[in-house]
Amino acid sequence: MILEDLERATGVEDLQRLIEALRDHFAVDHMVYHWVNSDGEQYGCGTYSDGWVERYITKDYLKIDPVVSGCYQRFHPVDWKRLDWSSRASRQFQTDAIRHGVGNQGFSIPIRGPNGQFAMFTVSHNAADDAWADFAETNRRDLILIAYYFNQKALEFEPGRTPEPTTALSPREVEAMTFLAIGYSRAQVAQTLAISEHTLRVYIESARFKLGAQNTTHAVARAISRGLIVV
Amino acid sequence: MLRYLYADQLENMPTLRDTMFRDRADQFRERLGWDVSVDARGFERDEYDDMNPLYVIWQRADGTHGGSMRFLPTIGACMVNDHFLDLTQGVRIESPLIWECTRFCLARGVPPSVAAALMLAGGEILENFGIRHFVGVFDARMVRIYRRIGSSPTVLGSSGHGRDAISVGLWEFSSAAQARVAEQAGISPELSRMWFEQAFGNTDVPLALTA
Repeated sequence: MILEDLERATGVEDLQRLIEALRDHFAVDHMVYHWVNSDGEQYGCGTYSDGWVERYITKDYLKIDPVVSGCYQRFHPVDWKRLDWSSRASRQFQTDAIRHGVGNQGFSIPIRGPNGQFAMFTVSHNAADDAWADFAETNRRDLILIAYYFNQKALEFEPGRTPEPTTALSPREVEAMTFLAIGYSRAQVAQTLAISEHTLRVYIESARFKLGAQNTTHAVARAISRGLIVV
Repeated sequence: MLRYLYADQLENMPTLRDTMFRDRADQFRERLGWDVSVDARGFERDEYDDMNPLYVIWQRADGTHGGSMRFLPTIGACMVNDHFLDLTQGVRIESPLIWECTRFCLARGVPPSVAAALMLAGGEILENFGIRHFVGVFDARMVRIYRRIGSSPTVLGSSGHGRDAISVGLWEFSSAAQARVAEQAGISPELSRMWFEQAFGNTDVPLALTA
């Protein structure tokens, strides 16, 4: 379980290992995480070749990369196709990136962290348009969640950072998770708590994120293992 | 037409920006009597407008604001978790797959089709960005309008009574609701999609033209 490993990660070296594992899990060419804090300090890890990372820095591509300008100050996920590649500089950059094995497709998730922190989580791959559209459609929600989990972990390792208080589940979420844990269906849980199933879905979605979980079953398991619910 | 603009992009459209913030003052302070702050320019703005939110705006033919709403991620500071926990049974709704929608505003005298157009845009966001739910804050008057345009939220909780009531509600994507609001808005799904693509780029264009 990669998310379990992510939960247990104790240093930035672990993040590099984990992003490689995630890349393999999703069977894509590359996965990259990059953050910039409000002081302009940067940290990144990922699977691009050293040659490409070095070239990106030397050529100061940060300034012309449409992925960076398309994600900065935004919070919607971006398929690279949606970006503006019309300038000569960005087209040359793209040719260079493809030559260095980045891939012709990409999906980037901008992340707004605390105190002006900005991060991006990117998946890139070499694929035909149709295959890529299928991949993005199937995996985008998982990737968005993973991007945020990854960022939360990376923030823990920021030097001099006061840890954010971990978000506790509210009593209502604890109740919902408890009934799910003892095997109630969603309809039964909703009925028992006298809320609509739609409301329950939102509570579960929210609890899942707070627990760093991939799906409902995983969220229930985590709530139990953390002692948040007793069954 | 429907515009999707982050606050920093809206800065380049002063007429649209100014009329939106003035219409918000007119709706929330004058008509609803909410305790909102209105600055010397007559703009109703709060701290969430400074967080570079995404606005969806109905722009009228003369370039002015006809209606709008404001989106922010529920991760980090947002209105629902900062101010309305009493209406969500104490649940902090937090997920990158849930965005909040606040300051739903209609300019004085616009037809209900404008509200429908805004909801249509909400559906585009849900569908195209993989967002599962919106959690929204709205005034009592909107309940009737949402019902009329065929996009009623699941109400989580309300405070106040009668026309002073404020509610928190949930929306999720449904093709049936999307078709209903498109019809109520008098906007074809194709046109709606085109406006969305205009704002966020078209995925049908091959990427690696030069490769």
